[in-house]
Amino acid sequence: MQKILKRKLDNNLIMVFSNKPVQFLLVALVASIPYFGFANPAVDSISVVNEAVAEHGAHAAPEKEKFNATELINDHIGDSHEFHIADWGGHPISFYLPVILWTNNGLEVFSSEAFHHDNEGEHVIDVNGQKLVRFKEVIFYADKYENLSEDDRKNGAFAFDARPLDFSITKNVFSMFMAALVMFFLFLVVARSYKKNQLAPTGLAGFLEPLVTFVRDDIARPNIGEKQYAKYMPYLLTIFFFIWINNLIGLIPFFPFSSNLTGNIYFTFVMALITFIITTLSGNKDYWGHIFNTPGVPVWLAPIMIPVELIGMLTKPFALMIRLFANITAGHIIILSLVSLIFIFDTVWISPVSGAFVLFMSVLELLVAALQAYVFTLLSALFIGQAVAEHDHH
Amino acid sequence: MQLTSPESLIFWTTIIFVVFFILLRKFAWKPILGAVKSREESINSALASAESARLEMQNLTASNERILQEARVERDALLKEAREMRDKMIADSKAEAQLQGERMIEQAKAAIASEKNAAMAELKSHVSTLSLDIAEKLLKNELSNKEAQTKLVENMLGDVKLN
Repeated sequence: MQKILKRKLDNNLIMVFSNKPVQFLLVALVASIPYFGFANPAVDSISVVNEAVAEHGAHAAPEKEKFNATELINDHIGDSHEFHIADWGGHPISFYLPVILWTNNGLEVFSSEAFHHDNEGEHVIDVNGQKLVRFKEVIFYADKYENLSEDDRKNGAFAFDARPLDFSITKNVFSMFMAALVMFFLFLVVARSYKKNQLAPTGLAGFLEPLVTFVRDDIARPNIGEKQYAKYMPYLLTIFFFIWINNLIGLIPFFPFSSNLTGNIYFTFVMALITFIITTLSGNKDYWGHIFNTPGVPVWLAPIMIPVELIGMLTKPFALMIRLFANITAGHIIILSLVSLIFIFDTVWISPVSGAFVLFMSVLELLVAALQAYVFTLLSALFIGQAVAEHDHH
Repeated sequence: MQLTSPESLIFWTTIIFVVFFILLRKFAWKPILGAVKSREESINSALASAESARLEMQNLTASNERILQEARVERDALLKEAREMRDKMIADSKAEAQLQGERMIEQAKAAIASEKNAAMAELKSHVSTLSLDIAEKLLKNELSNKEAQTKLVENMLGDVKLN
């Protein structure tokens, strides 16, 4: 059994990394980035005194406030109800996005401006008779919030009885809408150009067509197989370009970009879930046969093998989810940490160093953006390919 | 990372992605993949037809070459035959001419010989007649002169010693 598992694992590795050493090196490099990113706890714990930037003087010490790099990074890589553009004269300039709540009294829609940038659960607002507060981007019922402990408040995202269901157009949702629109427009233009131009592709089509054929010839065909690949092409193309464009949007450091959508675990969860659903629905007789009655394994091992195989079904999309999330978030964390160095050392002289490193990281992230889209698509194709593969038993 | 309300992003991601996927599949991927595929097919068929044209051309050249070769061989054969025929004709006519010549010479020789014999015979007869005439005349002349005859007989008798 161990031998079989090992062989399967080897096969997986070989299939994932193909036979090309360059691809393997790149994937290995990218895979190691999150460890590099997370293995830097010094930055997270450093917090020094700095000029106050807070706009509302609710705190006791308005003159000096601790600069907290962890908080800053968390703010930037997390989701939020309003799109922060810049600070001007101590006041934040934000693009206010709509808050959509499913409360005990039904649907409520209002602008996030109502919270007045409060994220500490202090500013209570009244929406059609319901008192609401916001703590770290999670909206609670004010009365139930009062009764929550400090820990419960921090894990408020999962305290479903203390808060209304939140279907707000957050920064990430806004960004996703934008990416979808941009991409839809791009490919509509390309599709139109083919109607007019039957000759070699020009312009935008000339740029995007090699990528489309790359997904087809280097991802779908070798992994899914000549017979079945065409059916999955629309899905693979969609995730490849959608993840790539969202990765790129996340790298642009100003409004209306800069959201960390592909580095959000909920987003990657949905993407991985869709791949999982497609894989499971595509599974043929051989695929289920391998799970419930692995060939060459004695029947008495079934109580061990079936759970192992079922866990194996889940670990594949789970790895997809974590990989994309970790890679993109790590990139954002590194860049933000480098920028934070300026405030941590409290001197402008560190900025050339920070700038140089940020530039380097940004260029690397540009590569990672494309590579992670490629890896996600490749692995999705691989999993689908395993589900539809037709084994010939001897 | 501060976790925010999961339902918001999960809900919108699902909705946006599914709608986006369906729209893209209908309006973008199908036309694009179709166009790429049809163009690829047309390129492939163009290449294939070019290849077949090239092969045909090659065949044509080869067959041309072959025909030319055959023609050359045929020409050579014809030439050779003609030369042989010519040689044979020359040889034949030469032989015949020789034969004819020889025969003619033979005939001429025979004719000459017979003419010569005839001439000889005639000459002989002429000579005999002539010599008889001469002898007759001479005898007539001689016998007419008695003195000389007598003298001759005397001379001859004087030479003969009677024993």
